[in-house]
Amino acid sequence: MTLRELIKRYPFAEEYFKDNHLPMDRRLGKEPADYAASWTEEERELIAIEADAFTDEFFTWLNMMKEFMGIDAQDVVESLTIVAGRNKSGTPEGFDSLTVRTSEIISIVGPTGSGKSRLLADIEWTAQCDTPTGRAIRINGEKPDLKWRFSTNNKLVAQLSQNMNFVMDLTVDEFLTLHAQSRHVENSDAVIARILDAANDLAGENFDADTPVTALSGGQSRALMIADTAILSTSPIILIDEIENAGVDRRKALDLLVREDKIVLMATHDPGLALMADKRIVINNGGIIEILETTPEEKACLTALEAYDEKVRHLRESLRYGKRCTWPA
Amino acid sequence: MNLVIVSGPPSSGKTSVILKTVRALRDRNLSVGVVKFDCLYTDDDLLYEKAGIPVKKGLSGGLCPDHFFVSNIEEIVSWGRTEGFDVLITESAGLCNRCSPYIKNIAGVCIIDNLSGINTPKKIGPMLKSADIIVITKGDIVSQAEREVFASKVTSVNPSAMTLFVNGLTGQGTYELSTLLYDPANDIETVQGMSLRFPMPTALCSYCLGETRIGEEFQMGNVRKMRMDS
Repeated sequence: MTLRELIKRYPFAEEYFKDNHLPMDRRLGKEPADYAASWTEEERELIAIEADAFTDEFFTWLNMMKEFMGIDAQDVVESLTIVAGRNKSGTPEGFDSLTVRTSEIISIVGPTGSGKSRLLADIEWTAQCDTPTGRAIRINGEKPDLKWRFSTNNKLVAQLSQNMNFVMDLTVDEFLTLHAQSRHVENSDAVIARILDAANDLAGENFDADTPVTALSGGQSRALMIADTAILSTSPIILIDEIENAGVDRRKALDLLVREDKIVLMATHDPGLALMADKRIVINNGGIIEILETTPEEKACLTALEAYDEKVRHLRESLRYGKRCTWPA
Repeated sequence: MNLVIVSGPPSSGKTSVILKTVRALRDRNLSVGVVKFDCLYTDDDLLYEKAGIPVKKGLSGGLCPDHFFVSNIEEIVSWGRTEGFDVLITESAGLCNRCSPYIKNIAGVCIIDNLSGINTPKKIGPMLKSADIIVITKGDIVSQAEREVFASKVTSVNPSAMTLFVNGLTGQGTYELSTLLYDPANDIETVQGMSLRFPMPTALCSYCLGETRIGEEFQMGNVRKMRMDS
């Protein structure tokens, strides 16, 4: 298990890293021993822990804290498995089972009315061959706890959609505080600051904590929703139903969700979004026909699209600041 | 026959949710009837008729719609039994946020929507607090954060209810809701002798009886005054 996964499971472990001046960067994606081996000479001096002893030290501390806090680690969702059912005509689906792990991105494609909502509902309801599709959902490879169905506050799926708006009349800070309170988050100030930073990193135009949420631009709203959902929502699965290209950096948005160990599902036909996924689920007539891996050729499509988007973004900036537009931009 | 009592504030999506839920029940070969209650006007009965669902409409007119509901429920149940329904759903008006039409041992469903504001769960009273199932609608147009805050406010007023997020437009979640509304073990012959979960407000004052004139001398019966000194 990587250190990032461990911190996700035991958030208090972050404290250990801070107190010990341990680097908190992408190297957290490594196993403990590899992480320690990656320290630079300079870091070693600051950390003052033998790289070879780090793994033992850290786990000793972690186990002590776990005992102290009486933590039950069962709740962490590490994988979601969809076991095939049948389509509207009763024909078996074109796959056996699909397992998606945290930090993976899967897109879902198919014509309107083909059964995308039904697939999502099966996941939310943790179907056990008891829905019209006959699909079964497994969490961490096992039959899920019924709490995912019935509890109000532990929903399996969080949603981000282009049609969602903020309807509360609050400032960004008040809004995030309210959300943090409802989640019983400790040190909410730090969490709110982190969300605001992340949101500004995604948004084309910066905004501050005193801005009313209803006064944010489309891109800023989207950025705040994504950052808030990534960092503060407890739902392990995020369903994205289109993110418009304007005003928000979509690649960074997906990176953020992946970094927060979410399982990301995207129901979209926007190639700039759909091709960012490693795989895509193709649905028709209520059933999954096949699961396609994104090929290198398709990734090349994406690169070309992104270059094009960059040009459009540039034109948009020109317009915004009263300049003339030219092509190529 | 199973009886299901659905209530919720105006425009929360009751009719849309019921229409889609009935479709899911019928897909399981169950026969369903609906009784729509309202105060002065409704044409929702036409929507049910259009969907081919047997429907009765009850307008309470000058009476409190929830009192009207309780006074008529026995006749409604016998209509449902005569028609041979597997499930009979009543849809109430739920207007003053104080009444609750739920009956002990009969499934009670409260439908509220995310747009109604986060203090709404605190305001609704027994209609929400004593429901067995809470359906939260219009989640597709508010942010994830608002959905979570709203849901947590709902939990704090009714922790034991089952909560479902349903989209009344696409019907997402209505199949799941339908599985909670029919159980052969809950078959009832009659509601005679059953009781309400929560008493209706104790209100019988001169205005209940048609008084229109304003002033202390016209106020009789159960009258309560606001404290203006605090």
